[in-house]
Amino acid sequence: MASSQILILASYVIIEAIRTRFFWVMIILLLIGMGSTLFIGSITLIETQAIQSSWLAAFLRLAAVYIVSLFVITSMVREFHEHSIYLWLSLPMRRSTYLLGKLSGFMMVALLTAILYGVSLLKYVSWEVVSIWTFSLGCELFIVSAASLLCVLTFPQTIQAFSMVLGFYVLSRSITAMQLMIQGPLWQNVYNWTDFIVNQLVDLLARFLPPLSQFTESEWLVYATGNLENLWIIIVQTAIYVTLLVAMSLFDWYRKNL
Amino acid sequence: MVVRKVSDNEKESEFMNNPQRSLRSVPRMVIILLIASFSGQMFWFQYFLPPSAQVQPLRSPPSVSTLRLLSLGDTIVTAKILMLWLQSFDNQNGQFLSYQQLNYTALRQWLERIIQLDPRSQYPLLVASHVYSNVTDPVKMTQMLELVYEQFLLEPNSRWPWLAQATLLAKHRLKNLPLALKYARSIAKHATPGMTKIPTWAREMQLFILEDLGEFEQAQLIIGGMLTNEQVTDLNEIKFLNQKLQELAAKSMASEGK
Repeated sequence: MASSQILILASYVIIEAIRTRFFWVMIILLLIGMGSTLFIGSITLIETQAIQSSWLAAFLRLAAVYIVSLFVITSMVREFHEHSIYLWLSLPMRRSTYLLGKLSGFMMVALLTAILYGVSLLKYVSWEVVSIWTFSLGCELFIVSAASLLCVLTFPQTIQAFSMVLGFYVLSRSITAMQLMIQGPLWQNVYNWTDFIVNQLVDLLARFLPPLSQFTESEWLVYATGNLENLWIIIVQTAIYVTLLVAMSLFDWYRKNL
Repeated sequence: MVVRKVSDNEKESEFMNNPQRSLRSVPRMVIILLIASFSGQMFWFQYFLPPSAQVQPLRSPPSVSTLRLLSLGDTIVTAKILMLWLQSFDNQNGQFLSYQQLNYTALRQWLERIIQLDPRSQYPLLVASHVYSNVTDPVKMTQMLELVYEQFLLEPNSRWPWLAQATLLAKHRLKNLPLALKYARSIAKHATPGMTKIPTWAREMQLFILEDLGEFEQAQLIIGGMLTNEQVTDLNEIKFLNQKLQELAAKSMASEGK
């Protein structure tokens, strides 16, 4: 019963994505990315393919994160504003089923986005490397979808929720670089109590955030360094973090007085 | 007179087919304001915002840690984008700067940062040895050649072509034979047989420079070493080295006779 309800809710999310022209935006962003890649190819002296593939991959990754998170947030905000959420909850359906159904739909949309963007890279890179990159992008988008859902449940306004997701994404992507910075010789030489607090804070953040800089690396495309070992780490990290985000969302969702 | 009652369905269908009202429904003041503001923008752009012709100097780059932080964990793409930006820095606002006008100390720092972000890229060393070394100022040219030399020492197997080019530039363009000999010797020193991809011709560059310097005996010693250590296996190569040995012996005798 619950699984069929989840499937129905997920299918409604995909229908919503089609009706709100989500996939058109995705294709337009893809065309912009490919156009800029052609331009970049015309100004390079060597390593043209490497530069083109890394640029397109970085552009598409950011574009995917942008549209998927905005889609999740606007879809949920619309549910709240149009009160359709009350209609769903008036049916014999548990709150967790509703949340998991919506999240499954968002993840399907994220997967479709990752596959389409991955396929566009086949022009520059071999399919083996692209498969690893696409899989990793899918995992990254799963985390972003779950984080967006949590943020929109906590802050049911588009601007607040999107700002939170943006902050989460930027921090998760740069936390490894921040850790490297505080371990550098400059920090080791001048070490006082404020440095200690900052150090501990960064360390604490690093424990709470997924190290997204290890996901969807351009290096895999440029130097073909991606392998199954990278994927295992990403799969385990995604499973743990998505579960954590879902648990946090459920906690918030069950406490919501609707 | 027959008045047809418009049903709600018909109204909705009319709205869906033509969701916009007629142009007449826009107040005249709004149209005037639209035309005036558009003309104002065109006028402002034409007469008060001429493109700035001021050339921006190349400033020193931020630290590699800062660049890593700004790259959101994707240093390869950042390195590629920075490289293309640096390459097009001499073309500002439609003006082409000569390399002579560039700050080579900052340029060298930028190239070093790009290599630190993406150590496997050959692009920075290509531009250092083939593009930015095309200056008449010997100090600036030496700065680029020294960058190539220092980077070669870190990764000789993949960076030897750029040092070979630097050797030729030092010898023919800079006419600095001791500098050329330093580079050629470095190539030969790191070209341990079986451990490197550096070809024999690159290892033999030092012979010609020693010959130009009049160091015939030293050149003979090096050839002798190469032949006895079986560093050269190609028969044509061995024949060539034997001929060279005889030529050098003759030149040495002639110079002693003088």
